Amino acid sequence: MGTVDKSFDSGLHTEQLRGRTQQTFFSATEEENFTYPYNAFEVDRGKRAEFDAQDLESTDINLKIRSLMKEGYGHIVVKNPRAKHSIGVGILNRLTLDFEGSLGYFGCGLIDGPNVHISGRVGWSFGENMMAGTVVIEKNAGSTFGAAIRGGDLVCKGDVGSRTGIDMKGGNIIVGGRTGTLSGFMMQRGRMLILGDAGPNLGDSMYDGTIFVGGKITSLGVDAVPGEMTDLEAGWIERKLALYGLKAPNGVKNLQKIVAGKQLWNYDNLEPSEKKIIL
Amino acid sequence: MCGIAGIIRRGDPGNIGGEMTSMLRSLKHRGPDSTGFAVYGAPVEDQYVMRFKVAEQEDIGKGFNIHQEIKDRRAEVNKRLKELGVEILTEVEATEYAFRYTIRFDGDMRRMADYVEDVEGAEIMSLGKGLELIKDLGDADVVSEQYGLGNFNGSHAIGHTRMATESDVDIRSAHPYWAYPFTDVAVVHNGQLTNYWKWRRKMIHRGHRFMSHCDSELIAVYLADKMDNNIGLEEAMRDSLDELDGVFTYVVATSDKLGMAKDWMAAKPMVLYESDDFVALASEEVAIRSIFPHEIDTFDPYEGEVRVWEL
Repeated sequence: MGTVDKSFDSGLHTEQLRGRTQQTFFSATEEENFTYPYNAFEVDRGKRAEFDAQDLESTDINLKIRSLMKEGYGHIVVKNPRAKHSIGVGILNRLTLDFEGSLGYFGCGLIDGPNVHISGRVGWSFGENMMAGTVVIEKNAGSTFGAAIRGGDLVCKGDVGSRTGIDMKGGNIIVGGRTGTLSGFMMQRGRMLILGDAGPNLGDSMYDGTIFVGGKITSLGVDAVPGEMTDLEAGWIERKLALYGLKAPNGVKNLQKIVAGKQLWNYDNLEPSEKKIIL
Repeated sequence: MCGIAGIIRRGDPGNIGGEMTSMLRSLKHRGPDSTGFAVYGAPVEDQYVMRFKVAEQEDIGKGFNIHQEIKDRRAEVNKRLKELGVEILTEVEATEYAFRYTIRFDGDMRRMADYVEDVEGAEIMSLGKGLELIKDLGDADVVSEQYGLGNFNGSHAIGHTRMATESDVDIRSAHPYWAYPFTDVAVVHNGQLTNYWKWRRKMIHRGHRFMSHCDSELIAVYLADKMDNNIGLEEAMRDSLDELDGVFTYVVATSDKLGMAKDWMAAKPMVLYESDDFVALASEEVAIRSIFPHEIDTFDPYEGEVRVWEL
């Protein structure tokens, strides 16, 4: 079975894309997604370093992480990040990165490969455009969590704000608590697993991908419709929850599955009068 | 963009001036044009604090006679206050154009405010038993130092750093806004109101006054109008979510309450921290962290959420 079939069968997407680049890009298999950049640092995961970010500016914190990677450290611990913005961004490396504290806005954006753990909470737009790797946040997250991610696992064990997974194009967003309005807005690929409640307009204008919700859904957005969970998906959810120490409140089988109704699919080909009927 | 912040000390009063300065300093990047504070000190029986200005900061560099004009305007304000039977207890010249008076008055507050603001360049920033509203051009450190807020003791405060997007960079367009003519009510806002002109027209027809063309002022006037109609603060704030259109998060403070409201789109940020002794809220967590050295748990309010805390 090829990559395309795997991702198709496991619900990562339901439409066969044309074009070799995109098919490879949206592969469900993390290892296949990850390509070691030519300028990545050779790091040893057994080599650990830590530093205190209390009195450092965001730029200095990022430069310090980079400098430690350059020295071969594969396990970096950042203490007291104090909710500063744009920390841990643009890391295109295999790395174990622990933040002891909370991150501000735009944390860990544009990452490709690291395994990140955050003991506190994160602010708005966390993990934007993530390509691969894992991020586990122990507390809450702000709005636009995981906007436009393309791969990896982005896990928040607490509650997240509104517009979670807006424009996501792959990967997995897993939320232990609730999510706010317009989550999954214009989602195009990937899976979102919300164990708590979901706010109004869930999955509005989603093109593809799958959303699972354990709690109450306030309302579905335009073109978001209920779907039926497959055994393959249930197995996938069980594995992910076990991996991150989470539980579905009423069991995996009782999660609600939401998919695109596809009435807006390729809607650019529709006549204006047809769009009006759909909307 | 703009940054907003609020803090309540639920236990003992403390240095809220210093704390709010620190929070607004952390939010400077959200708006460097002007900074404003509404701080609530200990009320004194039968006394009001009136903060007012008789010119804009930029006026100081204009004209040959502005310094004398400012003196004349202040003298005219004093004359009018005496005329209405207002007893002026203390007078402090915070800047050449902005003043802090403590007064005793038991007459019609709206009439008094209207009469004072009829003087050219005069604007009452705040009138209250505990409220003192200070706003000026510059960042938090500049304004705080200029008005001596670094050691202001009190129970609660709200603040604002402004990035001007739809109105001028001047004091009258800076936040917070006093909910004229209600004593001790102030508002800060981050967002845009898209039905501002419609509501402004409606409010003017009902006899309310606007001092600026900043859409944020509408929230203060809107809440004042609701309270004028005996609608409680929390109910008025809930009404605002349906009646005011746009994307907004705002914070309002009264003599004994602090509240926040977030519109249905939830497009403007707010982070909250709540403990037995404190409530702190801000556009960014980094502002809250600037006053709490220890690790704290914070969270975001959701769309359509209104919260009100009492002292």
